[in-house]
Amino acid sequence: MKSLILRTTTRPIIVVLLLISVFLLLRGHDLPGGGFIGGLVAAAAAALYAIAFGADAAARLLRVRPELLVGWGMATAVVAGLLGMVAGREFLTGLWWVIAVGDQEIKLSTPLLFDVGVYLVVVGVVLRFVLSLEER
Amino acid sequence: MLSALLVAFGVALVAPWLTVRLGRSAGWALALLPAGLTAYFLSLGPGIAAGEPLVQRVSWVPQLGVELAFRVDGLSLLFGLLIAGIGTFVAIYAGGYLAGDRQMPRFYLLLFAFMAAMLGVVTSDDLILLFVFWELTSITSFFLIGYKHESEESRANALQGLFVTAGGGLAMLAGFVLLGSMAGTYRISELLASPALLVEHPAYPVALALVALGAFTKSAQWPFHFWLPNAMAAPTPVSSYLHSATMVKAGVYLLARLAPGLGGTPEWFWLLTLVGGATVLAATGLTLLQRDSKRLLAYSTIVALGTMVLLIGVGTDAAIKAMVVFLFAHALYKAPLFMAAGSVDHEAGTRDVTRLAGLGRSMPWTWLAAGLAGISAAGLPPMLGFIGKELAYEGLLGAPWLLAVMIVAGAVLLLVSAMVAWAPFAGRSVRAPKAPHEAPLSMLVGPLALAALGLTFGLAPGLVQDGLMRPAAAAVLGAPYAFDLYLWHGLTLALGLSLLTISLGVVLAATWRRWQPALRSRLGGVRVGPVAVYEGGWRWLLRFAEVQTRIVQPDDLRQQLTTIVAFTVALTGGVALWRGGLESMVWAPSGAYLHEFLYFSVILLATATVVRSHSRLVVITSLGVVGFGVAFVFVLFAAPDLAITQFLVDTLVVIIAALVLIRLPSSALRAEGGRDTRWLSGAIAIAGGALITGLLLAVTSLPFDGSLTHFFEANSYPAARGRNIVNVILVDFRAVDTLAEVVVLAVAAGGVGALLRRRLRRGDADGERRAPEGGRR
Repeated sequence: MKSLILRTTTRPIIVVLLLISVFLLLRGHDLPGGGFIGGLVAAAAAALYAIAFGADAAARLLRVRPELLVGWGMATAVVAGLLGMVAGREFLTGLWWVIAVGDQEIKLSTPLLFDVGVYLVVVGVVLRFVLSLEER
Repeated sequence: MLSALLVAFGVALVAPWLTVRLGRSAGWALALLPAGLTAYFLSLGPGIAAGEPLVQRVSWVPQLGVELAFRVDGLSLLFGLLIAGIGTFVAIYAGGYLAGDRQMPRFYLLLFAFMAAMLGVVTSDDLILLFVFWELTSITSFFLIGYKHESEESRANALQGLFVTAGGGLAMLAGFVLLGSMAGTYRISELLASPALLVEHPAYPVALALVALGAFTKSAQWPFHFWLPNAMAAPTPVSSYLHSATMVKAGVYLLARLAPGLGGTPEWFWLLTLVGGATVLAATGLTLLQRDSKRLLAYSTIVALGTMVLLIGVGTDAAIKAMVVFLFAHALYKAPLFMAAGSVDHEAGTRDVTRLAGLGRSMPWTWLAAGLAGISAAGLPPMLGFIGKELAYEGLLGAPWLLAVMIVAGAVLLLVSAMVAWAPFAGRSVRAPKAPHEAPLSMLVGPLALAALGLTFGLAPGLVQDGLMRPAAAAVLGAPYAFDLYLWHGLTLALGLSLLTISLGVVLAATWRRWQPALRSRLGGVRVGPVAVYEGGWRWLLRFAEVQTRIVQPDDLRQQLTTIVAFTVALTGGVALWRGGLESMVWAPSGAYLHEFLYFSVILLATATVVRSHSRLVVITSLGVVGFGVAFVFVLFAAPDLAITQFLVDTLVVIIAALVLIRLPSSALRAEGGRDTRWLSGAIAIAGGALITGLLLAVTSLPFDGSLTHFFEANSYPAARGRNIVNVILVDFRAVDTLAEVVVLAVAAGGVGALLRRRLRRGDADGERRAPEGGRR
């Protein structure tokens, strides 16, 4: 779609959308959000970009093929599960590392890693649909 | 043992990368893996010969009593050496045979994965573990038979092999579970230590039949023999490895392994000797019809497998001794024969033995290997094959009818050797499809080395007698058994029978060209027996699936939805009305606020628009509005995660649906489906909605069981450090479910992606075809 208005507004909007998607992903464990929701937001952002600038431009911006995102996502989720086994617990057991930065604490965990995997898969799957349909 | 297997699987995983990296020398370099494994098994040899098997146990699924238990005794050692040793030469051979093949990286992955799985089969000391490896060999075999996946025939044959062997594998699993519950353990060594528990159990015949079904399908016993000759669609290295030397012997291995626990009964004797005998007879007959060198060898492999099953069925000391030696000899001669046949095919361009002659001049080394192996296969001295055959005769002296079968089979095996190892090479050369020249070194090392081993062990059987043959026989018999192997037995009855076999075989081979064409033209195209049953069953199944699909899942999406909703309404609603359940429904619209009514009227209005509108864009956006309305309901009931998800999913659905509809021709929405179907669809849809509403009301009218909610509320933060219970459930409490859903998503994306690409390409092609017409207009 060659709309100047759409193209001009899309650029700032997708930046905001992508930031929101990461924000939703990271806060998911305590507040509404998570990998699935974050992934959908990121996919919506990419879909918007694809509509405004075309599938080729979106694919270029993405750099990797959506299938690869799906693959990496699944691998990440499985690795998150295996880390639990490496620690001598059962598959997918959550492990936590809490790092204190000033008076804030940052919680790193295998469930978060797992959620990152879900995020990647969701983005990859939706983009696969959108890009194949938008392709000319 | 576990680490050896892990190394093998690990190398299999990186084999494609190594193959690309190493280029032309890939075969030689990759052969280091099986060579190393061979050395590993050789190093185990002395301990095992001294009567101390290698035992290793690692806990795996303790809840089910399944463990990674390995036990390497004499029988395992024999198989392990064959698998790793022949694997070494096959890896080298394949490097030459498949040189320049684009798919070579994939080939080595599959080959080594198979090898690792097969080693797992023969070293497992746990029935379930054995089953897992067993099925892995079936799957890798499937991919290897279908290696030339662009050929329809190749694919069909691969499927056939998979159905027969994996089908048998399932029966075997049932048999294993029965055995496990009979003995109270899945550990094979414990199972075999208490045969009374198994043999005297009322379910013994069932368990035996199920386990035997697995063994018979895998080892291509009649009536399941037909998949093996068709498996010759695989590249020759695969045929020589999986389908003659190793995988097809897995069934024999299983029977031999379980013989101390399940054997010795009349059921065992009759089942194995009858099936083995029938296999030998059927395959002997079918061999006479073949001209293709690989098919000739395939049928003679079935004869050999039948012989081994039969000997295990007889089960006497002499028979088991014969089985072990014959098995070893067979692997040592059949693999080089296959490789030589493959070299001939590769260099001369045909496998039809009637079109080949005089290749000996251009391919002397191949001839030497084929010749040595052929002499062993024909059961002639001074080869190991001769000893094996003599022992088989001795082992069967007590059963004259089996002996008669074996003599005929022996004569036909000699015929096969003559056809594969003599006829193509001897005499004056004829014009082959390709100008023949000697095979490269990589394709000579394997056949020559293996054939030479057959000769060495034939001349000096003492080399393998104490270290390999005795421990293997002891493992099958369940007790130590000291015997000596000689090339020269003296003037025994077996020798006389051998002479009879040889003269019969020579007559057959000498007159082959006279009777074979007539026999072949009369019987060659006849398809009776098990093959006809398999093919008929297959056709019937496909037709049934087609009819069923046409009814339940027609091309039209509306019809599909109609079927699904109508069936749900009819079955669920019918049962609810008939058995009662809806009467607990309470209609209590109490405490509804004005804004709630507002949301619902928006949903209803949007729905009405969807139904009324003729514009696609309006329909899609209205559907989106319906979805947003539902999301607002989630907000009302304090389910933010659900609401956000619903908003996002609906947004994306609108985008994707719009992208789809843009591609459709503009008339599609109104062209089909007049008023009549609209009313019917409407009625079904309303019935569906009413049913769900009724069920929901009925369910929510019942007292609410809050135990799960309480559990998650109580444990979410203390146990999983998360305050968002929905997310904690997704990524922690029920993360396995999420993982499975992610996999489903990924598979769906692959399917949709492939479908869309295919559709689009076809659409383009249509467009091109239509273009000239438009030009004319």
